[in-house]
Amino acid sequence: MQWETVIGLEVHVQLATHSKIFSGASTAFGAEPNTQACAVDLGLPGVLPVLNEQAVAMAVQFGLAVHSDIAEVSVFDRKNYFYPDLPKGYQTTQMYHPIVGPGDVEITLEDGSTKRIRIHHAHLEEDAGKSLHEDFHGMTGIDLNRAGTPLLEIVSEPDMRNAKEAAAYLKAIHSIVTYLGISDGNMAEGSMRCDVNVSVRHKGLDVFGTRAEIKNVNSFRFVERAIAFEVERQIELIEDGGSVVQETRLFDPERDETRSMRTKEEANDYRYFPCPDLLPVVLDQAYLDHLRSQLPELPADKRARFKNELGLSAYDANVISASRDMAEFFEAVHNECGDAKQAANWVQGELSGALNRESLSIANSPISARQLGELISRVLDDTINGKAAKEVFQALWNGQGESADAVIDAKGLRQVTDTGAIEAMIDQVIADSPAQVAQYRDAEPEKRGKMIGYFVGQVMKASRGTANPQQVNGLLKEKLDALL
Amino acid sequence: MYEKTLTQLAAALKSGEFSSRELTAHYLQRIEKADTKLNSFISVTAEQALQQAEIADNARANGTAGTLAGIPLALKDIFCTRDVKTSCGSKMLDNFIAPYDATVVEKLSAAGTISLGKTNMDEFAMGSSNENSYYGPVKNPWDLTAVPGGSSGGSAAAVAAGLVPAAMGTDTGGSIRQPAAFCGITGLKPTYGRVSRFGIIAYASSLDQAGPMARSAEDCAHLLGVIAGHDGRDSTSVARGVPDYVESLDAPLSGLKIGLPKEYFGDGLAPEVEKAVRDAVKVYESLGATVRDVSLPHTHYAIPAYYVIAPAEASSNLSRYDGVRFGHRCDNPSDLIDLYTRSRAEGFGEEVKRRILIGTHTLSEGFFDAYYTKAQQVRRLIRQDFLDAFEDVDVLMGPASPTPAFDLGAKKDPVSMYLQDIYTIAVNLAGIPGISVPAGFVGNRPVGLQILGTHFAEAQLLNVAHQFQQATDWHLQRPAFAEEYA
Amino acid sequence: MALEDSHVRRAAHLARLAVSDDQASGFVDDLSRILDMVDQLQSLDTKGVAPLSHPLDATQRLRADEVTEANQRDAFQRCAPAVENGLYLVPRVVE
Repeated sequence: MQWETVIGLEVHVQLATHSKIFSGASTAFGAEPNTQACAVDLGLPGVLPVLNEQAVAMAVQFGLAVHSDIAEVSVFDRKNYFYPDLPKGYQTTQMYHPIVGPGDVEITLEDGSTKRIRIHHAHLEEDAGKSLHEDFHGMTGIDLNRAGTPLLEIVSEPDMRNAKEAAAYLKAIHSIVTYLGISDGNMAEGSMRCDVNVSVRHKGLDVFGTRAEIKNVNSFRFVERAIAFEVERQIELIEDGGSVVQETRLFDPERDETRSMRTKEEANDYRYFPCPDLLPVVLDQAYLDHLRSQLPELPADKRARFKNELGLSAYDANVISASRDMAEFFEAVHNECGDAKQAANWVQGELSGALNRESLSIANSPISARQLGELISRVLDDTINGKAAKEVFQALWNGQGESADAVIDAKGLRQVTDTGAIEAMIDQVIADSPAQVAQYRDAEPEKRGKMIGYFVGQVMKASRGTANPQQVNGLLKEKLDALL
Repeated sequence: MYEKTLTQLAAALKSGEFSSRELTAHYLQRIEKADTKLNSFISVTAEQALQQAEIADNARANGTAGTLAGIPLALKDIFCTRDVKTSCGSKMLDNFIAPYDATVVEKLSAAGTISLGKTNMDEFAMGSSNENSYYGPVKNPWDLTAVPGGSSGGSAAAVAAGLVPAAMGTDTGGSIRQPAAFCGITGLKPTYGRVSRFGIIAYASSLDQAGPMARSAEDCAHLLGVIAGHDGRDSTSVARGVPDYVESLDAPLSGLKIGLPKEYFGDGLAPEVEKAVRDAVKVYESLGATVRDVSLPHTHYAIPAYYVIAPAEASSNLSRYDGVRFGHRCDNPSDLIDLYTRSRAEGFGEEVKRRILIGTHTLSEGFFDAYYTKAQQVRRLIRQDFLDAFEDVDVLMGPASPTPAFDLGAKKDPVSMYLQDIYTIAVNLAGIPGISVPAGFVGNRPVGLQILGTHFAEAQLLNVAHQFQQATDWHLQRPAFAEEYA
Repeated sequence: MALEDSHVRRAAHLARLAVSDDQASGFVDDLSRILDMVDQLQSLDTKGVAPLSHPLDATQRLRADEVTEANQRDAFQRCAPAVENGLYLVPRVVE
């Protein structure tokens, strides 16, 4: 039997506003418990919500970036339920008239192919607080600092067919929100959280199977693993004659499994109705046009430009455009050195490797794009050779010099290309190595090619690595062959 | 002093006839003597009041005092006040001290007025008789066996008894106008959004509005000028200039077009009340107004629509009372659900529970469209009735309540209590302003004339009410109870 | 639409109100009468009428994105029934 997996994602993105969606309390992460929960966030009697303009602008920017229709009129509703991290007994959200309507996102798969994933809608809502279960005499502690942080919930259509696509979609969303600067996208701190809807069906069927919702899958890797487990579980269940129950499940990364949540509510009835403390949000065309004019170049556009105009491979273009910081770094390097392929190689190779080793983000790179671009330029114009370039990179990384040129000069790494100087060094090496010269002379002609390596090494050593290796090779061969 | 209106007291303070401290002490003394019988206050803040009075007197001496500086007032216990308990008439908030002042309270303080304390009310403003208070019922000073009306019953009774010259109330379905009518005082419900709701404990957010309750329309004009205006902390507060309500009081009424909604003079209206209202309308005719009959065809759907919308909003607004961050918490909760269900069952009274249950039910799956959506549609029709009527007339007039104050304990059935609000409730659904002014008596119980205007027509309503009070003296009548403590 | 005991119990559960059996039957009576009154709405034809949520046709005003609230935890927790280390305490929540 051929099975097909159907996946839809609900991604909650914390918007990078300074203050909360309905209050003037700070949204900064990591404060002492309840020090950033003001009267509105605590739901104290008599206080009222007032909407943050930046949260609206960020939601609209996202909508524009995914080609959505922005609602001229959107409305906040109350979702009513009791939970200790929900101070008012309702969450203010947008059930019936969300701010962002249908749109789509292009994802890139590992083979470089692309696929369009439709977005059903995205709506603004407030985040809840946190329950802390450490032992307070058998009690749970409630921290409401996070309560009221603006969230954009992005709901996809069930357009993904495997775990890789789901992960690629999540990465695409991550790219877009970080490009726009509307979220820091920090999944470890919960700035981006994901609920995954998974069902399976026989291939070729049009109807969907019963889906399970996996809550709070909070890394790209976990999304893949959670889906892989869940798909297998559902298929086994059905093949054993059972059926999937529509339920909420939790992914446990330690056991690598999903399990049914003992729901806090047997049957929820959220009694949504329009929030009477807030009025309809009305956006006009001038406002949308203004925000549209402020949009940065988005990942898909950058990807296409890198490929089509700069000649990068689909793979390179995809990797480099995934993060705005990396893309901008790459572009700066490219502007400096003028060679896109070299710039891409260095950014993805030497630089990414060094950043990974020291767990640094590209924004905090000790070596600047300008420095790296200049370094590449010096390779391209034969000022230094590849080996010296790595040494210059390391020196710049360590802060030993302001620029590639300064390091090259200080370390005397300028490539020697003067034929006379190289010939002098070669003559010296030949004079100092009578035994090796004799061996070379006596060797079978086809083995001499290998033996020349010794002499190259000696000349390079004599030049402290600065001799142009191609020149050294050519001249040595001439001189040794002349001795035959 | 107590026999004076607020306007007269302000003049006396200005002329130095007496000090604010003397005035404040006078009212505090009256409260101390009389309120054991009325039960109109939940908290009396004598010490703070005297301190504020001294500040006002100093300001007066320095020449920095505003018109209302030094005037004692009372606040319905629904307005949050820093450092003073705000109970909302509920056991749930018997221990609650808000860490902030309501915007209305801030504005009144800034004007130099003095708060004598917090007045009794129906729990969470749900009631029409003030019998739903955790702190016990309030008596009507005109007849201690009668209710003062609700939910701002404490404010109305205190003003009528001369325990304070004016008080603040809130009106969600008639809670300023009906008790004003029952207690023979003047009460104004402004246009929705005219006065900030920030710091006013919510009952039904799309209907709640605060307003003044005083001895005259002139007094109300002074107070509305202080409390009205835009507030950045309330999204529903309207950004619109505040006119000088006092200046326009003396405009002549010749040519005023008065409409009498026929639905407000039908079955259920006590004949004596109808007579008082029609006599009042004749006074207006003598002042140059013309009168015609109009129709508000959806009037009878107002109470049904209200009892869907208000409880729905209330059921959600009152979810925050969960025993976690403030308010009543039951002893030794065994688990979370026990904490919630017991804290709320213990903290809320019967009427509040009834409305929470109604609201929860009508919003729940399978009932939402039939009740909530339907009621919101009807709400639009009701608003349209008023807008249509105001195409033809300037103001509408009718009774504030079908009967004068009824006896304490007379209305045991919730529905019969709800039907009392037939003439006031549609006004909240439409968001228009309304004022109740004294217009006679049935026996010793006052009758209120209700005057309605279109959105933001407060200046006109106050002018129309004031002109009536220049021609009549119903508003100057005082209950014998007030004289007992002279 | 007749109101049944189960409706009241469900509403009480959703609203987190402890209601005894005696109280429940009282509420069924009261609420039934209230809903009978409310049911008058059904006789009105409202086809094509847009629901009205706010009495004024106003739109939402937006606040500048500024932090205006300072930490007032101590003041806010003075009226709290149970706090420890700055946290509000509730009976253990089972996830």
